[in-house]
Amino acid sequence: MKRVIFGSSWLPYAFLAPQILIVIIFFYLPAAEAVRASFYLENPFGGGSTFVGIDNYKDVLTDDNYVRVAKFTFWFSLLVTFFSLAIALLLAVKADTVLRGAKSYRILLMWVYAIAPPVAGLIGVLMFDQHVGPITDVAALFGYKMQIGVNYNDTAAAMIIISIWKQVPVNFIFFLSGLQSIPKAVREAAQIDCRSSWRRFWTVTFPMLAPTGFFLLIINITYALFDTFAVIDVVMKNEPGSNPMTLVYKVYLDGFRGSDLGGSSAQSVILMALVLLLTIFQFRMIERRVHYT
Amino acid sequence: MMETTSSNLEVEARAGGRRTPLLSQRRFWRSVGDHTVLWLGVLFMLAPVLLAFLTSTHDAVTIHRDGLQFLPGDHFGETYEAVLFGATGFTGKATGLVMTFNSMVLGIGFAVGKIVISMMAAYAIVYFRIPFATLAFWVIFTTLLLPLEVRILPSYEIVQKMGLLNSYTGLILPLIASATGTFFFRQFFKSVPDELLEAARIDGAGPFKFFVDILVPMSKTMIAAIFIIMFVFGWNQYLWPTLITTDEGYYTLVRGIKQIIQVWVGANIPEYGQAMALAILAMLPPILVVVVFQRWFIKGLTESDK
Repeated sequence: MKRVIFGSSWLPYAFLAPQILIVIIFFYLPAAEAVRASFYLENPFGGGSTFVGIDNYKDVLTDDNYVRVAKFTFWFSLLVTFFSLAIALLLAVKADTVLRGAKSYRILLMWVYAIAPPVAGLIGVLMFDQHVGPITDVAALFGYKMQIGVNYNDTAAAMIIISIWKQVPVNFIFFLSGLQSIPKAVREAAQIDCRSSWRRFWTVTFPMLAPTGFFLLIINITYALFDTFAVIDVVMKNEPGSNPMTLVYKVYLDGFRGSDLGGSSAQSVILMALVLLLTIFQFRMIERRVHYT
Repeated sequence: MMETTSSNLEVEARAGGRRTPLLSQRRFWRSVGDHTVLWLGVLFMLAPVLLAFLTSTHDAVTIHRDGLQFLPGDHFGETYEAVLFGATGFTGKATGLVMTFNSMVLGIGFAVGKIVISMMAAYAIVYFRIPFATLAFWVIFTTLLLPLEVRILPSYEIVQKMGLLNSYTGLILPLIASATGTFFFRQFFKSVPDELLEAARIDGAGPFKFFVDILVPMSKTMIAAIFIIMFVFGWNQYLWPTLITTDEGYYTLVRGIKQIIQVWVGANIPEYGQAMALAILAMLPPILVVVVFQRWFIKGLTESDK
């Protein structure tokens, strides 16, 4: 809190009003509506809805298809998060070590941040395309026939690789700025104490990076859960069929294409709960990370 | 680039040579290893986009016959002219120029709207003691928890009921309903020294004058940093524009990607070249902004914690 504060007049209310208004209309109303609709069964031909209690949730959670999508989402998020963090960390550590050209490397490695996920998806689709894609050609050299959009595993692999590609730059930027904020004295002391650069990394650098890492972990899980929507949409070329998809995609699919309002809303609420859990976890970690710094 | 790197290595090796030869040799090889890893990383990030660009300079038949192209072709002018000024074949009437304009409106409108609204709100929260301040704080910051994607259907219905489908307002406003900007400016205002306000009060500045004449100019760097992040975020929106705009006059470049995909499923010889040209067009402005204003961009990204 500020020590010196203006006396209250109409001004603070006028200044707060636009933000509060937008938040209420476009955040709280829709969120509340999602919760309400999740307890109702909408009449598909218009005209009212019936209260069905937690039936929508029961239906969703016992649906084999939903369970399958949830499983895929779990593995998808795990792989995307792990690899985009690991690749970014490796590159950041190397970019931090090299004496010359560090700045050029930084630009060359970070600019993909600006590319929209669907654009990344479109380029990826071409790279994996059955007729023109170079990656498919390489796979063919090893005797493997890659079929995006037909073969479940191939499609999943393409989605995962494209999503990783898109996320590496953000992680790279954060890791590099984390590395650069490690005090010089600490680095020099570590250099004297520990000759092996491998061990120095795991015993000194890595723990110092832990706060950045925790923060990025949450960011990446959120990314894998929500922001990859466009990648998935583009890779499956608008034809869900039996293609792999994430939970968010299913919310969209059931809500807009399937017109299953109650089911889609129930799925929304489940996702909301998931995000809330993640956030609570994040705050816990932030509290704990105070000890590191 | 390659040349400078290798000459750097030589310089390093020579400099090290004056010390013990074994150490310099080990250092040389370690440096080679570091640069190799970095170059592999650069290749991983760069190659797909480079390939997309090179492919966009060929005609559809060549690409269909020979696959993606690793060398520049002679259809650059043709392809990009068609994409920029013609209805692209992916859409009925929206030209690349129209979509670029719409993307600009979305990117700039979103960034400016968000900055103005969140600066005002942050000012009210930090500099005034008002009843319900804590409530207002929580009302705003809870929005950080839930992304638009989880409440997408009811959001769509509300915008539809308000008659805002196919309008810039409907496109931009709902995206602003998150507190990232407010959070960011709140942190920054808190770090502004109190003496500044005392001095301003002694000089007789009221709350409005203090905000406009002192606080806003002071936040210039912060505003630039957050503008870049928000511009890229707005420009890159996909799901929301896809739902809100059915009228092609409002299509953004990123929204246009969906059209490309829809036309592809069923085409004999898809217009690969034009599709890649559109992809390049859609990524160019945000990339330029991020690369040119690199310093501010990194500041905005790492300090706003998104």
